[in-house]
Amino acid sequence: MADTVAVRTGGEQDDPEPGGFAFEERPRLLEGVRAYGLIMAMWVRSTMAYRASFAMTALGDFAVTAFDFVTILLMFTHVDALGGYTLPEIALLYGLSATAFGLCDLLLGSMDRVGRRVRDGTLDTLLVRPVPVLAQVAADRFALRRLGRITQGLLVLGYALLSLDIAWTPLKVLMLPVMVVSGAAIFGAVFVAGAAFQFVAQDASEVQNSFTYGGTTLLQYPPTIFAKDLVRGVTFVVPLAFVSWLPALYVLGREYPVDLPQWVAFLPPLVAAVCWVLAGLAWRAGLRAYRSTGS
Amino acid sequence: MRLYAVVAGGTFRRYATYRTATAAGVFTNTVFGFIVAYTYIALWDVRPQLGGYDTSQALTYVWLGQALLMACAMMGGGFEDELVERIRTGDVAIDLYRPVDLQSWWLAGDLGRAAFHLLGRGVVPMFLGALAFDLALPGSLWTWPAFLVSVFLGVVVSFALRYLVALSAFWLMDGAGAMRIVSLAGLFFSGMLLPLNLFPGLLGEVARALPWSSLLQVPADVFLEKHTGWGLVEAYAFQGGWAVALLLAGRLLQTAATRRVVVQGG
Repeated sequence: MADTVAVRTGGEQDDPEPGGFAFEERPRLLEGVRAYGLIMAMWVRSTMAYRASFAMTALGDFAVTAFDFVTILLMFTHVDALGGYTLPEIALLYGLSATAFGLCDLLLGSMDRVGRRVRDGTLDTLLVRPVPVLAQVAADRFALRRLGRITQGLLVLGYALLSLDIAWTPLKVLMLPVMVVSGAAIFGAVFVAGAAFQFVAQDASEVQNSFTYGGTTLLQYPPTIFAKDLVRGVTFVVPLAFVSWLPALYVLGREYPVDLPQWVAFLPPLVAAVCWVLAGLAWRAGLRAYRSTGS
Repeated sequence: MRLYAVVAGGTFRRYATYRTATAAGVFTNTVFGFIVAYTYIALWDVRPQLGGYDTSQALTYVWLGQALLMACAMMGGGFEDELVERIRTGDVAIDLYRPVDLQSWWLAGDLGRAAFHLLGRGVVPMFLGALAFDLALPGSLWTWPAFLVSVFLGVVVSFALRYLVALSAFWLMDGAGAMRIVSLAGLFFSGMLLPLNLFPGLLGEVARALPWSSLLQVPADVFLEKHTGWGLVEAYAFQGGWAVALLLAGRLLQTAATRRVVVQGG
């Protein structure tokens, strides 16, 4: 126990119990995940102190995304197809995008607060703790209410899968969970890169909303309705098209408006990995460039 | 009256301080404008003249929505976070013994904020939208001031609604839930997601009669010259009626709420 730093509560004099709150030498990643879990649990407890408010915010998160889909439903009271896509097809795009984004938003959604922490100097507190800063920032103000968003996405996804007539193959079935996970990872990389950008421009946290909330809104509609340049932009520059468009269009057996070979549909996990490497580098660069306000 | 003008001016300047944030917001408004504009083009391609708009009017509606989103605080935001926090911590007691009226004080501040958001967050996205798409700008010069009056009334209605919600914190302590629900209603029933004249049947009638339609649908229709002559007077009366009713409700709730405030002495 000699090289272990034990953090004890109150007047406890004994050695911490196995599995107690002690920092030991662990791989950094594991340490980060563990810290994330602890901070998350703390925020969940604090949220539950105001139960009525929690219920309302969770319902609100459910409804805010539900209204997005209601908008699409209202559009379909006037038309039978939008951009050549039927309602169940759009529901599939919507469900995949909303679920992937919801998952990412639950886990990393508070990262847009980095700018505020840089501005008021509270980031310093995070730097002196023996826990990876990224884990602390990611878990900061963890909002359980965001489960509402995921629930809504899954419901629409369920509706799409029940009403679509797809020639399922084992490959296509496997692609669905892979899409949700790698899609969440791609959005996650955008969140981390956006947070890194806030070290440079503290007040500009809203820019990342264009790519996160804007991205998920974009992906809820078929690519055929957007200008080609916009579609190229989200394919090659900010690769959001890999969250749902490219793989989902393969599942639906539809043509992608930008000419690409078919195997591109299977790239999302790889794209997610590359995005995370880049986002990780950006985060490190951002954190190194950090200068405290001193207050 | 001079006092409230100072408060409004101060809030205007306070919001104007954050230039990077404003630029970032303009960027986001523009991106969303583009995304929504393409979905509307797809919709109006299939159904020209849907809801009485042609395609360029529908696109104008999109960019008006982006321009007014912040000014009319359709998703909430603005003063209510601050007021709720003051209620939660008890600082509101200090506000209550100041020789100013609580509701008017916050209204003045919110008008200052809205004025800044209209200029800072509204003009540039609208201009960029007009560059990228063929928008239906007013034919008559008088439409512009008529539109501004309608926006002003929309801001007052929006304030009155948010004030009611903020006061709910006297009972709920944490106002986040209530604020969230109302911001949602604002988003949907203002016509931000889809013009209210596309809502079918009863839902449409109800949506057009609710106060939130004052935030975007009515000002947009004034801009698109759907309300002229007596129609314009009726539109103003609708907005003004809701503004007065909601402000009065806020006043009543405020009286009830202040009875609950207990100031710890010593």
